[in-house]
Amino acid sequence: MSPDGTQAQNRPQAGPRSKARAHAQEGARPLSPARVLDIDPLLKDPETRIVVCCGSGGVGKTTTAAALGLRAAEMGRKVVVLTIDPARRLAQSMGIDSLDNTPRRVKGIDDSAGGELHAMMLDMKRTFDEIVEVHVDPDRAAAILGNPFYQSLSAGFAGTQEYMAMEKLGQLRARDEWDLIVVDTPPSRSALDFLDAPKRLGSFLDGRLIRLLTAPAKLGGRAGMKFLNVGMSMMTGTLGKLLGGQLLKDVQTFVAAMDTTFGGFRTRADATYKLLQAPGTAFLVVAAPERDALREAAYFVERLAAESMPLAGLVLNRVHGSGADRLSAERALAAAENLEDPRIVDQDGGKAGVRNSPDTYGSSDSPDSDPPADATSAAPAGTASVDTPDAPETPDTPERSVDQLAAGLLRLHADRMHLLSREQRTRDRFTARHPEVAVTEVAALPGDVHDLAGLRDIGDRLATDRPELPDARV
Amino acid sequence: MSRLQVVSGKGGTGKTTVSAALALALATEGKRTLLVEVEGRQGIAQLFETEALPYEERKIAVAPGGGEVYALAIDPELALLDYLQMFYKLGSAGRALKKLGAIDFATTIAPGLRDVLLTGKACEAVRRKDRHGRFAYDYVVMDAPPTGRITRFLNVNDEVAGLAKVGPIHNQAQAVMRVLKSPETSVHLVTLLEEMPVQETADGIAELRGARLPVGRIIVNMVRPEVLDADELALVRSTPRTALARSLSGAGLGGARRGGHAERLVDPLLEQAEEYAARYELEQEQRAVLGELGLPLHELPLLAEGMDLAGLYELATELRKQGIA
Repeated sequence: MSPDGTQAQNRPQAGPRSKARAHAQEGARPLSPARVLDIDPLLKDPETRIVVCCGSGGVGKTTTAAALGLRAAEMGRKVVVLTIDPARRLAQSMGIDSLDNTPRRVKGIDDSAGGELHAMMLDMKRTFDEIVEVHVDPDRAAAILGNPFYQSLSAGFAGTQEYMAMEKLGQLRARDEWDLIVVDTPPSRSALDFLDAPKRLGSFLDGRLIRLLTAPAKLGGRAGMKFLNVGMSMMTGTLGKLLGGQLLKDVQTFVAAMDTTFGGFRTRADATYKLLQAPGTAFLVVAAPERDALREAAYFVERLAAESMPLAGLVLNRVHGSGADRLSAERALAAAENLEDPRIVDQDGGKAGVRNSPDTYGSSDSPDSDPPADATSAAPAGTASVDTPDAPETPDTPERSVDQLAAGLLRLHADRMHLLSREQRTRDRFTARHPEVAVTEVAALPGDVHDLAGLRDIGDRLATDRPELPDARV
Repeated sequence: MSRLQVVSGKGGTGKTTVSAALALALATEGKRTLLVEVEGRQGIAQLFETEALPYEERKIAVAPGGGEVYALAIDPELALLDYLQMFYKLGSAGRALKKLGAIDFATTIAPGLRDVLLTGKACEAVRRKDRHGRFAYDYVVMDAPPTGRITRFLNVNDEVAGLAKVGPIHNQAQAVMRVLKSPETSVHLVTLLEEMPVQETADGIAELRGARLPVGRIIVNMVRPEVLDADELALVRSTPRTALARSLSGAGLGGARRGGHAERLVDPLLEQAEEYAARYELEQEQRAVLGELGLPLHELPLLAEGMDLAGLYELATELRKQGIA
């Protein structure tokens, strides 16, 4: 950052030319964070047993998790990736498009280092069912699974998916079959859900209220419970009125049937929570260089710190670069306008190489301009340049169309440079708030990733921070 | 035009922005709209650059031509207490329930109940009339849950039917469904020209149609400007680099010397053009997929300066221009 700082300070007394240069360099300044997140040592370290990718929706969390898993596996580790809601084609490419809630070995990876990649897609209802099946005898399990309240809870409660993701993580960890578990987190409506829901669901199922609700059913009208029953009858009465008596009855039978597993829920939620805080766990906050995503990321960073969860760093996806970042958007646009308006450029009859240019440097250092033969080689023979200053609306000659294309390229470049500076500002805002967070940037890809090669490419981009771009001095 | 406009979309597509722009557009020229938030994220307050919205209808913007936009962030717990108050005159008993966690139980655990309260509040605003018998709001725009959950959210009847078979909640659900399934309601989906959001939009529409909920329009958000079209991209590939370099140097970039700076510019510029071309092709594919869904398709531009209040008015104008509002 510092060389640019000096440049910027020099700007006021510099001439127009160096000013332009300083500006271009400012735009080109790589987004250097306080610390760079080095992915490979993290993935390689045998102490790293769990990597949790979290962040707001639509920032490439799933892809990042899959790419990390693949990279670690190809480094020789035995990895399982737990995804929540992968894009269809990505899931297909990993062979996990069938929802059977068990890890599947991913074929086609480079296993020369002795690694393996397994992947699974979370089926939250199935996971919930399995907990029930494991903990109660078959008859009661059948009664629970058929209970309408259970069905609604297992499929619809806002926190169920989060809870089940963490539950599954606990199960996978307990099996101890893998060196490394990479978890993708559900697309929560807010960052809070993912950390809170397990506790909320755990404490609900294990909670006072639900015991109160079911107490009358179990205790009948026993005298010692009378004071409780006053409150209870008021409450069950109101809730009963509101929801209809059937629901309460369903809840009560559900709770009665689940009774033996209740203690388990909070214990499990607590155990998973502790697992997340353990030294072998690394959280990666995933974001894109956009205002909302980074705001959410900052929030996540603060929340993880508050919960003593080990944060490894920030993965910043879809960062744009430019091989020509010394050419500023302003100059590119000015040049594009020159090219698009023949009245400016073609004043003297419009021959390449002798155009007047309002720019102060460039054309002056051209004693040996290109031989004119090159100009016609681009054009079919016989199409002589016929455009005249008074007919700029007919850009049909090859030379004009090349100018148009060049102008288009310059406009694309100007857009790119604007995007770069916008991303940089957003990024800097985050870094200013959280200089302690290590960051790795992933250069943007033009399209979506849906095969192993694409994931490998993302993995490379994750590991190298930002690839060196060719220098194009202007 | 439907009086209840529900806006959904995959996370990250900008549905809150589109909802707000739509509310502004519908309020243009003396109309009054209510913009409703149901997910407790305070996205509307951020967008309109005001403090967090309370659970109360509050004027937040003036539309071009004198209309008004009101906003309401619905809190399900408070909505339930409201509701209890209205039907049972609970008073302090309501607060006692809250203390015991019963309200929390009722709103977060019984999933359908929460949704009934949220949609119920919006439907109430749609039907509300003032003393002169005129509608309190000309339009209600709801910033709804994302595409993946929208059908379940709106289809409260099915959700609640399994749980509350009788009682006021059941009746409420029935009343809400009558509004939601009528032509009074229109559900719009916001998407981007990217594979995942488009796929989700297609899935969402199928689900909504399956539940016989009225699907309105597809709004493609953040559409990047077309700088080069397909023909021009083909031309770029067939044009010799030297010609491009000459053109660039003619425009004053980097000198005309062969092998000079202008020539070194050509490669990175062409590389950027290839990236653009790849994205362009992808976007065209996704546009075609959206086109086959058989719904009115609209596009809103990506605002180069990022999203702010001025940008919101710009999008509202665009929506009006396209006849959405």
